[in-house]
Amino acid sequence: MAYQSLQEIINCGIEEGVPFWKAVLLDDIHERTIREEDSLRTMHKMWEAMVSASDHYDGALRSRSTLVGGMGAKMEEYRKSGKPLCGDFVSKVIMLAIQMAESNACMKRIVAAPTAGACGVLPAVLIGLYQEENIPDEIIVESLYVAAGIGQVIAARAFIAGAAGGCQAEIGTASAMAAGALVHLRNGDSEQIVHAAGMALKNLLGLVCDPVAGLVEVPCVKRNVVGAVNALSSADMALAGIRCQIPPDQVIDAMKEVGEAMHVSLRETGEGGVANTPWAREFAGK
Amino acid sequence: MNIFDILGPIMVGPSSSHTAGAVRIGYTTRVLLGEPVREAEIGLHGSFAATGQGHGTDRALVAGLLGMKPDDMRIPESFAEAQKQGMKFCIQATQISGAHPNTAYLKVKGDSGKTLEVQASSLGGGRINISKLDGITVDCTGENPTLIVRNYDQPGYVSGVTTALAQNFVNIATLKLYREKRGGQAVMVIESDQEISREMIDQIAAMPGIIKVTYLRGEQI
Repeated sequence: MAYQSLQEIINCGIEEGVPFWKAVLLDDIHERTIREEDSLRTMHKMWEAMVSASDHYDGALRSRSTLVGGMGAKMEEYRKSGKPLCGDFVSKVIMLAIQMAESNACMKRIVAAPTAGACGVLPAVLIGLYQEENIPDEIIVESLYVAAGIGQVIAARAFIAGAAGGCQAEIGTASAMAAGALVHLRNGDSEQIVHAAGMALKNLLGLVCDPVAGLVEVPCVKRNVVGAVNALSSADMALAGIRCQIPPDQVIDAMKEVGEAMHVSLRETGEGGVANTPWAREFAGK
Repeated sequence: MNIFDILGPIMVGPSSSHTAGAVRIGYTTRVLLGEPVREAEIGLHGSFAATGQGHGTDRALVAGLLGMKPDDMRIPESFAEAQKQGMKFCIQATQISGAHPNTAYLKVKGDSGKTLEVQASSLGGGRINISKLDGITVDCTGENPTLIVRNYDQPGYVSGVTTALAQNFVNIATLKLYREKRGGQAVMVIESDQEISREMIDQIAAMPGIIKVTYLRGEQI
C-alpha cells in the first residue's frame, strides 16, 4: 500500500538506507510493478512539461472570462524596470507562479501539481532555483519525488481537491510539496523536508476555495503566488533548524478536520467568500 | 492514487475535473463506440452545465470525441476541428436525477451508423466514472483493463465468460453484474489485472447469449 504518513516515508528511508526521494521512488516501483527507469522517465517527462509550459507563457493571452491574463507580463516588466521589494529571486518566483497559473486559465498545457488550479506553485520555485543555480535535471527530478511523496500522503490522509477541503487542500498541499522539494535541493535531511512541508501547510490552514463565477481564475491565480512564497519561507525556516511544533502528519489531519468543517459555500461552489462579493455576483451574472 | 495522480496529469487547463476529465469522457466514449464519431448529442448536468463554458468543458468533450487526449494543444479549437472532420454535435444543459455534479450525457453515432449512449462523471484530478452505457448501469473507471459484456439474462453466460478468461490466464480484479429486468438484457463489467487480447474478445463475442462486447484497455490516456 502507498504511504499513509510522512513518518512512514522517513522510516522506510532509514530501513532501506536511502534518502526521502528514493523511498518514494521505490514505493512507486513496487505499487505499479514497473522498472525504476520507467518511473524515472515519467518523472523526467513531468519536469520537461513544466519547463516547456513556463517557457511558452504568452502575456497576450486572456482567459475566456477576461478576468486573467497579462499579469505575468506585468510582473516581468516590473522586475526589469523597478526594484522589487522581494528582491530578484523571490520576485522571479512570483512571476513564474502567476505565469503558470495564467497559462492554465487560458487553456494552455500545464502539469497538475496536485491540481490544475494549483499548478503554478511547484514549478515556480523549482524553475526559479533551477535557473538561478544551474541545478542538474536529475536533482530536480529527485525533488519532484519528494514533492509527490508529500502530496500522496496528504491525499491519503486528507484531500487535495478544493471541492472536498477548500483551497488549503490545493494551494496548501502544493505549497507543502514545494517546501519539501526545496529542502531537498538544498541538501536538507528527511526531518527537515517533512518539517518544511508541515509548516507550509500549517500556514495556509483554513484557506477557502471561493472562485468567482466558479472559474479557476480569481482568486486562484494569485493564490499560486502565496503558495510559492510560503514554500520558500517554510523551506528556509526548516533549513535554519526551525521545527514544525505540531508533528507534520498531525498538521495534515488538522487540515482534514478544518476542510470538513468548512461550509459548502467555501468549497469550490463559487457561492461564498470573494465569489459572494457584490462585484463577483455582478460579474457572474453577466 | 499513485504519485503521477499527484504530479500530473500533463493537461490543457484550466480544470482537471472540468477540462481534463471532460476530455477523458469524450475520448472514452469514442473508444467504447469503436469507430470515429459522426454525430453527437451532448448534455451537461450540474456544475458541468453551470460553469462548463468558462472551463472549456464543452470544447473538451468535443475534443475527446475527436480522439484528442487531455494534453492535446488543439482542445481550445476543437469546435473548428470538428467542423473540419465533419463531426456534427449539439450541446445543451440537462438535468439527470441523482447524478454526480460533474456529469455528461453523450449520445453518439459512428461512421457505420452504430450508436451508443454514455453517461459519465468527472470525479476530480482528471479521473472519471462511466455510470451508464445504453441506459444500463456499469460504474467503471476505465483505469484498469475493463471488459463490458452485454448478454441475455439467462443461466450460464457469466460462467462462460469467466471460464474463457481463466483459461487465458486473465485474473479478474472485480466483477459486477447488472440487468434491466429479469430475463431481459444484462451487463457484466469485468476489471482484470491483465490485458485482454483481441482474439479473446472475439472468442467471447462469438459465445452463445452474448450480444455485444466492449473493451477498454487500462490507462489508455
